[in-house]
Amino acid sequence: MMFGDCLKKPTRRASPRDLVMNDQPIESPMNQTHSREVIVALEQGLHARPADLFAREARRWQSRIEVVGNAQRVDGKSILDLLTLAAEEGTRLVVEATGPDAREAVDAIGSLFDQNFATEVESVSHPNTTDPEKQPPGDASGEQAVV
Amino acid sequence: MKFSDFVAVEAIRPNIVATSKEGVIREMTQSLVDAGKIASNEMESIVKAIMKREDLGSTGIGRGVAVPHTKHPSVNRLIGTVAISQQGVDFESLDGDPVQLFFLLVSPPDRPGDHLRALENISRQLRDDTFCKTLKEAAGPHDVWRLLEEADAQSIAS
Repeated sequence: MMFGDCLKKPTRRASPRDLVMNDQPIESPMNQTHSREVIVALEQGLHARPADLFAREARRWQSRIEVVGNAQRVDGKSILDLLTLAAEEGTRLVVEATGPDAREAVDAIGSLFDQNFATEVESVSHPNTTDPEKQPPGDASGEQAVV
Repeated sequence: MKFSDFVAVEAIRPNIVATSKEGVIREMTQSLVDAGKIASNEMESIVKAIMKREDLGSTGIGRGVAVPHTKHPSVNRLIGTVAISQQGVDFESLDGDPVQLFFLLVSPPDRPGDHLRALENISRQLRDDTFCKTLKEAAGPHDVWRLLEEADAQSIAS
């Protein structure tokens, strides 16, 4: 047990002094950077709807969030930026967050990819032009034809 | 994918009169019918499909821009058009701002890459404030087309 304790590396913890310094030390939690590689598994690629979901999630966090891929680095909080990635199915991206909640932000965005942006993104069925009876959901009447 | 690859010049509407989301979508789809790019008997189906997509979340992506779109089996290549509203339309945009610039896209179900590359081009150009401003001030369809061609030429050069 004593031997094990000796092997532990001393870890630096933020001291109250860190908080009063104007220039935060690089180890400060305020500056932490965390990143993760994700792969676009959406059949349609990272199109408008998942880009919207991504940016919405990213905006929930204080950290600066950037996405690197297809030889670009873009702002993860901007749909316009995310769409310029033109990330097709199979594209590898790196999500990088810098700030006080970097790890949580990357985890949250990573889980969007893990869940493949939930099934709703891909469930937009193609209109069936041979079926004139088919009603789109959300008609002004608010009635659901099929429950 | 360049603007000139998918925008139907005959369908550009620099001064749409519609004041509602569905009105704009209808007017733009009609412009594609009038330009002979989609069959008139498919129009209702396309308008419904675009509205259905809007129900999932507005394509008003902010900065006064919306990209209403759908996949539709009646087209065999990506087609699109551009419309401008001088007064702005409430499109339930993500930033809440009224929308003045509309890019409507209809793509074949089996060509997701083309759709993605069209969105890429539109997004890239729309990040440029000067481009947005000049587009809103375009006096006629040919002014719009000239701006799109200019943007195409710049994106090739860069």
